Amino acid sequence: MSLIEARGIDVRQGRQRVLHGVSLRLDAGEIVTLVGPNGSGKTTLLRVLIGAIRPDGGSVTRAQGLRIGYVPQKLHIDPTMPMTVRRFLDLPARVSNAAARTALAQAGLSDVSSRQMADLSGGQFQRVLLARAILSRPQLLILDEATQGLDQPGSAAFYRQIEHLRAELGCAVLMVSHELHVVMSASDRVICLNGHVCCEGTPEVVSAAPAYRELFGTGTGGALALYRHDHDHGAEHDDHHHHHPAHEDAR
Amino acid sequence: MLDDFLLRAGLAALGTAAAAGLLGCFVVWRRMAYFGDATAHAAILGVAVALAFGISVFAGVALVALAMAIVIIIFSERRYAPDTLLGVLAHGALALGLVAVSLIPGARINLEAYLFGDVLTVSRLDLAIIWGGAALVALVLWWHWSALLTATLNPDLAQSAGISPRREQMILTLLLAAVVAVSLKVVGALLITAMLIIPAATARHFARTPEAMAGFSVLFGAVAAIGGLLAAMRLDTPVGPSIVCVAAGLFTGASVLMALRARIAA
Repeated sequence: MSLIEARGIDVRQGRQRVLHGVSLRLDAGEIVTLVGPNGSGKTTLLRVLIGAIRPDGGSVTRAQGLRIGYVPQKLHIDPTMPMTVRRFLDLPARVSNAAARTALAQAGLSDVSSRQMADLSGGQFQRVLLARAILSRPQLLILDEATQGLDQPGSAAFYRQIEHLRAELGCAVLMVSHELHVVMSASDRVICLNGHVCCEGTPEVVSAAPAYRELFGTGTGGALALYRHDHDHGAEHDDHHHHHPAHEDAR
Repeated sequence: MLDDFLLRAGLAALGTAAAAGLLGCFVVWRRMAYFGDATAHAAILGVAVALAFGISVFAGVALVALAMAIVIIIFSERRYAPDTLLGVLAHGALALGLVAVSLIPGARINLEAYLFGDVLTVSRLDLAIIWGGAALVALVLWWHWSALLTATLNPDLAQSAGISPRREQMILTLLLAAVVAVSLKVVGALLITAMLIIPAATARHFARTPEAMAGFSVLFGAVAAIGGLLAAMRLDTPVGPSIVCVAAGLFTGASVLMALRARIAA
């Protein structure tokens, strides 16, 4: 029995067809990555799946009582709202201090409970969002461009954390990313979206598919190999910096 | 008990401060100041409707404020620039209300009382309605606190947890209409937004969590209510504006205090 299944989803915004005939199903415990160029409807599809957008055509079936942990692309906390990390983890339902500590640790954070959300770094903020999402013990974790604003080593570390989490919690993961090379090696299945599903399969199959190469070119093949190397031998961040001196300037 | 007009006025002002202080936090967090203004300005139209149909002023104001809020929500989903839309509706409603009141035959009403409040003439029935309204607002906020907070933070986050952001928005809108109706007698249509915004904005300086901010907001609202009433008695000034002056003074004092503290810490 799949966790969630979308059949023939159509979404129009004004005159534009953002999604047409998109079908997708997710089974327990698998990691699926949605790739696609800007404006290809990735975020729209996620919002259809969580129920924030009612599609103009097609249907979404969720397993009964499906618990979804959602990490939005960007969470803006208005500066007028004071919010400690600990209080944020209590949304929407209160959790015990022990559970909060465990979730922060699982998301790769030390104890930042008493800090204000506004004072966190970009990487810490994303990890707090992740910690909050796993507190509901989700069967399905949905991440929308969760590594925006992180540098390359930072996002590689973030996605490794996701793999650990999947192993630890047994949840399925659906994520959207631009960073094909980083994300794809961690996925069981990749879906290439551009208004419709262009191609779908294991990372190897998709990166070799003509439709995928047409959208993204062939340049990422080398980067994929580079990341795989990194992935097999643990984090060699210094090496990355060596290859990307621009990161040093950015700090 | 409650025979003293000053005591009744003080209790009415406190009830209003409590309701406005609590709801005001959401108005500040969601940047609904102009939304609040437009809704409050529609109160005068509500007074005209109440007089024309011979119903209670509270009911008339609450109904018209609610209708106004719903109109704003519907139009804002149609891609008008929000500030333009709210500007049109806020002032349009105020002007329409002023015209409508003058058209009602035989009604000699003291318009100033509705524009700036008239808390010294509060009756026991008014007091009961004000405290009933305040209790309702507090109760609904307490019941929905977590859902409202989640929906305010991020609608999609709420949706994925099974909370409908639209429903929460409707609840806030209903509460806003209730606060407008409750506050009209105390501070008047033109200054209701001040009681929503200023105590909450003052509270922001001292709070580390949303709950603490709500608590401080009620506290500052209450201090302004009592301080303003006493000042008005002593200086023979209008009560509603005096309350808002004290609230603004507290805000200024808190801002200066925080700026000094930041300088010392640095």
